[in-house]
Amino acid sequence: MADTGKHFPRTMFDKIWNDHVVREHADEPTLLYIDLHLVHEVTSPQAFEGLRLAERQVRRPDLTFATADHNVPTTDRREPIADPIAKQQIDTLRANCAEFDIPFADISSVDQGIVHVIGPELGLTLPGKTIVCGDSHTSTHGAFGALAFGIGTSEVEHVLATQCLQQSRPKTMEVVVSGSLPLGVHAKDLILGLIARFGTAFGTGYVIEYRGPAIRKLSMEERMTVCNMSIEAGARAGLIAPDETTFAYLRNRRHAPPDVEWERATETWRKLCSDPDAKFDARLEFDADQLVPQVTWGTSPGMGADVTGRVPDPADVEDPTVRQSTDLALRYMGLQPGTPIQEIAIDRVFIGSCTNGRIEDLRAAATVVRGRRVASTVHAMVVPGSYQVKQQAEQEGLHEVFLAAGFEWREPGCSMCLAMNPDVLAPGERCASTSNRNFEGRQGRDGRTHLVSPAMAAAAAIAGHFVDVRTFAARA
Amino acid sequence: MKPFVVHSGITAPLNRANIDTDAIIPKQFLKRIERTGFGQYLFYEWRYRADGTPVADFVLAQSAYQDATILLAGPNFGCGSSREHAPWALLDYGFRAIIAPSFADIFYNNCFKNGILPIVLPDQSVQRLFEQVELRGSRILTIDLPAQEVRDADGTVYPFAVDAYRKKCLLEGLDDIGLTLRHEEQISVYETTAPFARSIVSSGV
Ligand code: SF4
Repeated sequence: MADTGKHFPRTMFDKIWNDHVVREHADEPTLLYIDLHLVHEVTSPQAFEGLRLAERQVRRPDLTFATADHNVPTTDRREPIADPIAKQQIDTLRANCAEFDIPFADISSVDQGIVHVIGPELGLTLPGKTIVCGDSHTSTHGAFGALAFGIGTSEVEHVLATQCLQQSRPKTMEVVVSGSLPLGVHAKDLILGLIARFGTAFGTGYVIEYRGPAIRKLSMEERMTVCNMSIEAGARAGLIAPDETTFAYLRNRRHAPPDVEWERATETWRKLCSDPDAKFDARLEFDADQLVPQVTWGTSPGMGADVTGRVPDPADVEDPTVRQSTDLALRYMGLQPGTPIQEIAIDRVFIGSCTNGRIEDLRAAATVVRGRRVASTVHAMVVPGSYQVKQQAEQEGLHEVFLAAGFEWREPGCSMCLAMNPDVLAPGERCASTSNRNFEGRQGRDGRTHLVSPAMAAAAAIAGHFVDVRTFAARA
Repeated sequence: MKPFVVHSGITAPLNRANIDTDAIIPKQFLKRIERTGFGQYLFYEWRYRADGTPVADFVLAQSAYQDATILLAGPNFGCGSSREHAPWALLDYGFRAIIAPSFADIFYNNCFKNGILPIVLPDQSVQRLFEQVELRGSRILTIDLPAQEVRDADGTVYPFAVDAYRKKCLLEGLDDIGLTLRHEEQISVYETTAPFARSIVSSGV
């Protein structure tokens, strides 16, 4: 935008949005340009079909990138895919990408992985971009200061055909996190703690910008975990201003600006952050210093408690709607009111997903696991978020730590985060999971999901029940 | 897209908060590559037991609600994943409108793209409608989009708000993509000046 010399303080969101307006007209949504469109096998087939029926082309295949992640098996990829319908979806995506000339990280590719893990890894995700994908956790990419949000299949088709989206301007909210995360408390606890405190709809209608000292200290992996679950707070997107941490992560990534352009790029990116006097439509404050590891006990990500706490008693809940949903959740989860969280025994552990399947997550889990054994009552698995993560972990010998402890070490994909592939909970099984959703049936019909950080999941795998990783990690 | 103008129909009450898209259409049914045929799986895990037998007291199994076309639900309806299979399943089953105190963003948006009208009414109005439908058996509602009101059998009127542009698209059954392509020239102009509209492929694959 041209500099008029006049000073209008703007938020980071305002800057990115304004840079991408193609057309504005009274009483119509804004036409917003999309810089990067990520595509996967589950939400795209009907969009490509729509294009063909209308005899339309993909406008910018060169701004589109596809992979298969949601229903790929996490066992040996050289074996044929057993589920015929999953195979059909993956084959369909492969054929669509070939037909429309879209770059595709196939399941045999070293670039394959969960779409929100590989975008940043490949340097496709960059500050200031608009990024969309037919997947709600697209909010992950906001960790880089990109405006990134999930869309439905009709919009996938719209972006394929026009490289634009019709959008109404969301409101902005700043979430200011003071202090710093105590030892043993992780980014996952921060976002779970925020949602437990403010509810699963506090962000509805907003783009959240996470700010404050606690956020600045987070690594890129941690920032991605926080932004990833913005959608679980109802937000359209989450944003964190790019800084040296961001630049260090991106430097030399394959699609990041090459050396000759690097200085100019970072200079532009530095200007993205919200002006000091910029106005947000809403503001929340949260203190990281007081945070304790979190465990969800219910069937919505907001139903969480401190690991030192207890399962709530519906009888104590005043609001009738909340009381009813608490009661339903406890019945589904097979939990008695008042049970100490640390007395809840588990059957399964899943470490992975676009929330917590990155290298730092695996390192945090391995630190807890090293030299210990998974409890005999527990079936535990690690599913790296991408091939790159898997390779890196193997170079560091993390897979040996997991395997020696009795974990399974799998091929990358979404896996038991949504259990579209064969990685599914049996009815009644209880799982400590590093994923992002604990909805009824999410990990398998009548399966019971507790959301936790990778360190907490690892500790639970060893103990056979939830434990406070802050004290557990130190124990011999 | 089928236009939505005025619609009268049987209303099915589903009085729960936070009905998520996994509940609306469980993921094991997302593998179809068509847009249709999802209605049989709508609310599958509430409608059927693990052995496939129907749950007789689930609202859609009751004869009074067999032909429901309007769904009445609790707050934050449609939260969870962005799967458009959720509105496809509702539409395929026969639902044309959903009334709730609030909706999740992406789901709300997806409804309009498929000719379903999501209606936000104040909590108290929704509670009143639940009473009407569940206790008094007054199941027929009329939704008048041009007038932006819901009317019950007693003649009570519940006005609702809807974005003017979305209203127009629903009334006329307009195709979003076609509308955007009318501005193709502006898109091309934008592409020549924008910083990121350059190919990702050129920088390194
Ligand atoms: S890991 Fe889970 S949340 Fe992330 S993209 Fe895959 S299914 Fe969605």
